[in-house]
Amino acid sequence: MNTLAPFFSFANASRVSWASVPVFSVTKLVRLTGELIRGGARLVAWFGVPDHDETTLVAILAMDDDSILGVARSEPVSGSYPSLTPKYPQAHLFEREAWEQHGLVPVGHPWLKPVRHTNGDAPANAPFFRVEGGEVHEVAVGPVHAGVIEPGHFRFQCAGEEVMHLEIALGYQHRGVEDALAGGPHRGTVFQMEAVAGDSTIAHATAHAMVMEALAGVEAPLRAQWLRAVALELERLANHTGDMGALAMDVAFLPTSSACGKIRGDFLNLTALLCGNRFGRGLVRPGGCMHDLEPERLATLVERLKTHMADVEQAMAWFWDAASVRVRFRNVGVVHPPQAVNIGLVGPAARACGLVRDVRFDHPAGWHRFSQAPVAVWPSGDIFARARVRSLEVQRSGRYLFEQLAEPVDGELRTALGAPQPEALAVALVEGWRGEVCHVALTGHDGRFRRYKIKDPSFHNWSGLALALRGTAVSDFPICNKSFNLSYCGFDL
Amino acid sequence: MYIFDTLMNRMRRGCQTMAYPHGPAPALPDRHGGALRLDASACPAGCDACAEVCPTGAISRQPGSSTTLDLGRCLFCGACTKTCPHGAVTRTSDHRLAVRRRDDLLLGKPGEEELRLAEALDKKMKSLLGRSLRLRQVSAGGCCACEADINVLGTIGWDLGRFGIQYVASPRHADGVLITGPVTKGMELALRKTWEAVPEPRIAIALGACAISGGPFIGHPQHNGGADPVVPIDLYIPGCPPHPLTILDGFLRLLGRLEEQKG
Repeated sequence: MNTLAPFFSFANASRVSWASVPVFSVTKLVRLTGELIRGGARLVAWFGVPDHDETTLVAILAMDDDSILGVARSEPVSGSYPSLTPKYPQAHLFEREAWEQHGLVPVGHPWLKPVRHTNGDAPANAPFFRVEGGEVHEVAVGPVHAGVIEPGHFRFQCAGEEVMHLEIALGYQHRGVEDALAGGPHRGTVFQMEAVAGDSTIAHATAHAMVMEALAGVEAPLRAQWLRAVALELERLANHTGDMGALAMDVAFLPTSSACGKIRGDFLNLTALLCGNRFGRGLVRPGGCMHDLEPERLATLVERLKTHMADVEQAMAWFWDAASVRVRFRNVGVVHPPQAVNIGLVGPAARACGLVRDVRFDHPAGWHRFSQAPVAVWPSGDIFARARVRSLEVQRSGRYLFEQLAEPVDGELRTALGAPQPEALAVALVEGWRGEVCHVALTGHDGRFRRYKIKDPSFHNWSGLALALRGTAVSDFPICNKSFNLSYCGFDL
Repeated sequence: MYIFDTLMNRMRRGCQTMAYPHGPAPALPDRHGGALRLDASACPAGCDACAEVCPTGAISRQPGSSTTLDLGRCLFCGACTKTCPHGAVTRTSDHRLAVRRRDDLLLGKPGEEELRLAEALDKKMKSLLGRSLRLRQVSAGGCCACEADINVLGTIGWDLGRFGIQYVASPRHADGVLITGPVTKGMELALRKTWEAVPEPRIAIALGACAISGGPFIGHPQHNGGADPVVPIDLYIPGCPPHPLTILDGFLRLLGRLEEQKG
């Protein structure tokens, strides 16, 4: 049964011809999208495609329970259209982005302002939301933050120590990734995909590779798919471990903090063992993988992984055993499950609100069609839950890796990639360590990219961080922030 | 009980800081490759096979002139070394990559087959810094990979603090800035202000291909093509991202610590 009708349904990592994407008037597209979201679908992407002087809006929805995606588009439109956001807040940034990129005004959008556009030598930040009152004060932080971290601007409206509202303004990292993809892929494209968010190299490179493979109508050899799945979990292990250490650091629990800092580097070195680069650069390419995991290298990987998993489990045990740590995380930075659904939270942040939402499980593609790690869920929505989900995922990624590495898949590593299908749309979702990475490619009549849309999980989850701060002490911002650890460059593109 | 367990575990683990630079440097991963070497005299006339596969235009060859390789643009993907049928471009497995002048990253002229490693700061600057170097890190369009490995140097394995080098929160407390990213238009003003807030004399370090040339995003109008046009640079550390060992080598080279080790 097609639960996404009248949208055109398809599976993750596949392509549909542009002609078969149903066309509605923009008003009807907005209405249908809203109805499907109300029926349990989730907005995965909402973007414009330039069409002469007008813009075609494309909506991509996911029905997680049925493992299907749906796509529909509007007739070319200019000027304005009725906004989805007032009823479906998960559309708010998508609509702001389409307004910024194509000048389409979503009528009724409550907070229409730039996403990443620059004006001169700084982002064009429109006025910030302000709370007024005798005891209200405003705290402004960034773009340059205190630590070694990417830039963004945070405005807190506080009453005493309590945060009433946080507004996050980004755009400082905008490097023009999507603009450069028009007419592509170019020689440098895969390298740019690997640097969309440098700590999610494998996730973004895999999504890009899957899109290219779908467009060409080929599948990467199973051995390459297996290797990508291995690399993706190594990436997850390194980042989750690093964040557990950072959380420990921010509540001054130094044993776990120092241990995790080191172990994170050990996990990065396992990726470097695979491909020479600690972040996985050069491993995943459209058509397969560039480096093999020969038996001797595999044995070394397993041996080292055993040591590092034992180390990280111990470091996490210290952390969870300490009542002084647990108490700092309970009931702090809460995102309530209905809020999480409303704003379309993804990844560990969503799972920490009790939502069973994981692309590896919901929309399995590549190697995940054959094997999956169990989805880690915790219900309380606070920092405790987010830390708990991360630490469960560390354990499960470890176990998954041992299982996978015990049974290596034979075969080729690369397959020839034919020419991409012209006038086709391909979508790939990958569960990166932060959540759902989404790449959408639309080819023109020449088979080159007419539009390429990238969505990092951070695009959804920054709103989650803003909500988590409400009612929390401003001094708890660092631990809230670390529990999400979102990407600035992945958002800014 | 858990405090006792924690202490016991801590004692069992012992000191985890590496011996380098007093002992041998940790080995680079075998697939890393290290710095590149270009022997342009091995290039036959008319061959530009390497230039054709380079994703960032780091290798170029004008008709009638010799091949040049700009390690400031290089992502160290190794496509050129695999493609070259004449063995002109090769990997050296050398982790040392930091230089003082942008031109020192250009390879190809006779006698300039390899990059010209950084020399230490002059005596006056070194004596002003004393035994410490405080850096304010500014990510200006960095993808977080350079930033991550900058952070790694602060962990117990590398323990940057033992060299007197620290990352600080305020530019007012800093001796210099450590810049990553191609310096996006959105960060240009913030970088300028941070630089101006650092008391003189001050130094600037450009870390990673992006901060030197724009890296994978070379040529995009949304950034400045590196830190050079915005801030005068004293040390360039190429890589995408550079290995932590390469970064540490750059810092120590700038401070003249590696010469002291030898002496």
